[in-house]
Amino acid sequence: MYINDDPARLPPIAQLVVIGNGMAAMRTVEELLKHEGGKRYRITVFGAEPHVNYNRIMLSSVLAGDKQLDEIVLNPREWYEENGIRLITGDEVTAIDRDARTVTSANGICVPYDRLLIATGSKPLAPRIPGLELPGVCAFRDIADVDKMLAAARTHKHAVVIGGGLLGLEAAWGLRQRGMSVALVHLMPTLERQLDAAAGQLLQRDLDRRGIAFFTEGQTREIAGVDHAERVLLEDGREIPADLVVLAIGIRPRIELAVAAGLEINRGIVVGDDMRTSDPLIFAVGECVEHRGQVFGLVAPIWDQAKVCGARLAGDQAAIFASKALSTSLKITGVDVFSAGALMAADESDEEITLRDESSGVYKKIVLRDGRLVGVVLYGHVVDGQWYLKLMRDKEDVSALRERLVFGKAFAEAESGGAKEVDYEAMPDDTQICGCNGVCKGDIVKAIRTLKLTTLSEVRAHTKASASCGQCTGQVEQILAYAAGVDAKAAKKTVCDCTEADHDEVRAAIRAQQLRSMDAVRTALAWKKPEGCHKCRPALNYYLLCEWPGEYQDDASSRFVNERLHANIQKDGTYSVVPRMWGGLTTPAELHAIADVAEKFHIPTVKVTGGQRIDLLGVKKEDLPAVWSDLGQAGLVSGHAYAKGLRTVKTCVGKEWCRFGTQDSTGLGVKLEKMCWGSWTPHKVKFAVSGCPRNCAEASIKDLGVICIDAGYDLLVGGNGGVDVRVTDLLVRVSTEDEVLQYVGAFMQLYREEAHYMERSAPWIARVGIDYVRRRLVEDAGGREQLCQRFLYSQTFARVDPWHERASGAAAEAFQPLPELAGALA
Amino acid sequence: MNAHDWKNIGPLESIPRSGSRRLCLRQAGRPIAVFRTRDDEVFALIDECPHKRGPLSEGIVSGKTVTCPLHNWGIALDSGEAVAPDEGRAGSIPLRVVDGNIHVYLPELAAEAIA
Repeated sequence: MYINDDPARLPPIAQLVVIGNGMAAMRTVEELLKHEGGKRYRITVFGAEPHVNYNRIMLSSVLAGDKQLDEIVLNPREWYEENGIRLITGDEVTAIDRDARTVTSANGICVPYDRLLIATGSKPLAPRIPGLELPGVCAFRDIADVDKMLAAARTHKHAVVIGGGLLGLEAAWGLRQRGMSVALVHLMPTLERQLDAAAGQLLQRDLDRRGIAFFTEGQTREIAGVDHAERVLLEDGREIPADLVVLAIGIRPRIELAVAAGLEINRGIVVGDDMRTSDPLIFAVGECVEHRGQVFGLVAPIWDQAKVCGARLAGDQAAIFASKALSTSLKITGVDVFSAGALMAADESDEEITLRDESSGVYKKIVLRDGRLVGVVLYGHVVDGQWYLKLMRDKEDVSALRERLVFGKAFAEAESGGAKEVDYEAMPDDTQICGCNGVCKGDIVKAIRTLKLTTLSEVRAHTKASASCGQCTGQVEQILAYAAGVDAKAAKKTVCDCTEADHDEVRAAIRAQQLRSMDAVRTALAWKKPEGCHKCRPALNYYLLCEWPGEYQDDASSRFVNERLHANIQKDGTYSVVPRMWGGLTTPAELHAIADVAEKFHIPTVKVTGGQRIDLLGVKKEDLPAVWSDLGQAGLVSGHAYAKGLRTVKTCVGKEWCRFGTQDSTGLGVKLEKMCWGSWTPHKVKFAVSGCPRNCAEASIKDLGVICIDAGYDLLVGGNGGVDVRVTDLLVRVSTEDEVLQYVGAFMQLYREEAHYMERSAPWIARVGIDYVRRRLVEDAGGREQLCQRFLYSQTFARVDPWHERASGAAAEAFQPLPELAGALA
Repeated sequence: MNAHDWKNIGPLESIPRSGSRRLCLRQAGRPIAVFRTRDDEVFALIDECPHKRGPLSEGIVSGKTVTCPLHNWGIALDSGEAVAPDEGRAGSIPLRVVDGNIHVYLPELAAEAIA
């Protein structure tokens, strides 16, 4: 059959019906609307789900709490309205009549079409086992599934995920983040068919540390339970308690409608390079299609399909879909995985080159064939993923780089005379930056320049780069900085509006020009306001204090009230007082003193904090010195609960008492606290020491955590339990307490010297990379020792109890109101 | 203005430079803050941020602006107006410096000692 898609030959207004309201469907419509020829269609969209079009890839992030549902909406209802699209949600198409050229929905809506687009996606595979019908069993495919999982996480404890692929791992991680105890059942001995065995083992080890229990080589026999899922039974007799069972063993194209319509079907709906099915009036895209024997589950090729399909519908008769080398990555915070192409050598003529650094958790493998890169697996260090992928796609001859290739782009190109930093000027325009959306460097630069974009969110809105999984966000930001150049001051994160300098430039100037006062800094860097503002003054004060310990005089007027008064201001203008309890230890005498103070000063609220201390809330400002004096007599000192400095060191009881304890975690916590208290840091710092991997002290969400093991201590850094929950990265495993102390001192100093003011350790490490921190602290033993020494030197001036000073009369007027003196003036 | 309504609250030096102190007197039940800039200018405002009544006397003083410690609103010391885009005003209180002493204008009826 011949179809003439010349726009002039179709009726002036043609009907396009779209079955499916998912990512592939709406991307195709978006592509279509970009073309002049797209304007001739009246478009009707059927969606089986009740929602508008959303980013299904991000369901993992919603589950893990990194994103809200409304943040993953791709096209709001207004978009459909603005584009004149009739949207029918919550109603599934049940029949296609190819003779009459109509589709009919479950609710009986019948719509005629001139062109039909099938984008029915896929459905979860279910194992053939008893118990699937029980409440508490669900797939991980749509918003309804996520709602079920979140509801279960609120009220139940045990989750079992069946399937160790990308989806299963992300489901397990999300549920774990939501506080469930999670077991993952996987059929194979190692995880994730997109990884090789070595990377799979590393992944398993990392996730195991994050509290996911693995049942590999686990064949599920049955989901058991009376009115609700209760247990998962495996063939080998193992039993796992389960309030929630998530099936994530795979997906299968959803083709029933196409089968009933008599279209050519294999595993999926068969399409040609033009995205047409066996009926030339009917197109298909996405996970429901099969193209040249291949079905699709990743987003990048589906975007390519959408582009081709949109162009074809608009009358372009040249657009051709060809599938390319694909890459995958995993969306688990702190676990970086990337793979593409062949996972291992196919035969003896192929070469595998691997780099494996067990203690740093880094593994890289490249597969070479005839001097060309055909596969890559990256674990722990994935920034070069897109670079490898490009080498693969371009089939570039990499023989000259052979020995250096596995070390990554910077090393390979530096040695061969290339630039060390990413050079966006030299980067070809067709270098793909965003793998999900197929956006190249040239597209981004063009959009930034022609539309005068200055923020990441604008670039996302206009180009879609970094709008799906977000892994390329850093690169997009760098391109923004490169392309917007001097036009976009907003792209540069200056310290504040008083200056053009950023934090690093200020610190470099302080060091290089030996600047020793705030005025000197402001003069040297041409500050716009001679006195600065409430943003830059505390930053400069900190930078100078850090750079010139013992010399620079702290400026109280540049301190936020909490740090000036050494107490936390509350919303009613009263203050809270938190004495230090070293490692969470206290004594009856201290508790007596706290009780006496609370009664004597009528302190309304006494609360135990999350950091294992006691908070006295509602203290009047005038009473602060007297409260501190009484506390000080019992030996209690400031807990710095108000400071950008060391707050708490949370510990468990360790081997002193606990039958599982492997080391003296409490004692170590006290030592760390005694070493680090009183220090000023860019932002607050929290430590924890757990006596065994059960991690009762929650060390893996602290700025610095120690997990004791039989053989020594795992040092974890960069965790955070706040708004953006971030699990720590493993810095190093050491065997003695002395090593722990040295590493902690060095870590504190590196953070003090290099993080930006008001930057917690988690975003700092996210910014500079854990690899950088490892290089400075683990690989450079001399540098580590020097950092630690600088920290200890600085501490000789810092370990002073500010409460004692003030209880003894220092800065007394700061706590008292001004009296009226002479009364009336003559 | 009645001369009796000017209260001497002591020498300029009793206020820290780029800082502030609260008075032991109130006006109509509301606390008063006296500010001293880096250039030794002094201002008095009702010590309540127009946003959530945060104590402005505990804010960081830069130039002729104080930043409220609760939610970082900027308040102009000379007018009491919030810095845009925020909107609101903290009451401003007349003040003069005589022989190095600060006098604030507090009509007798309105002023009361802090309990």
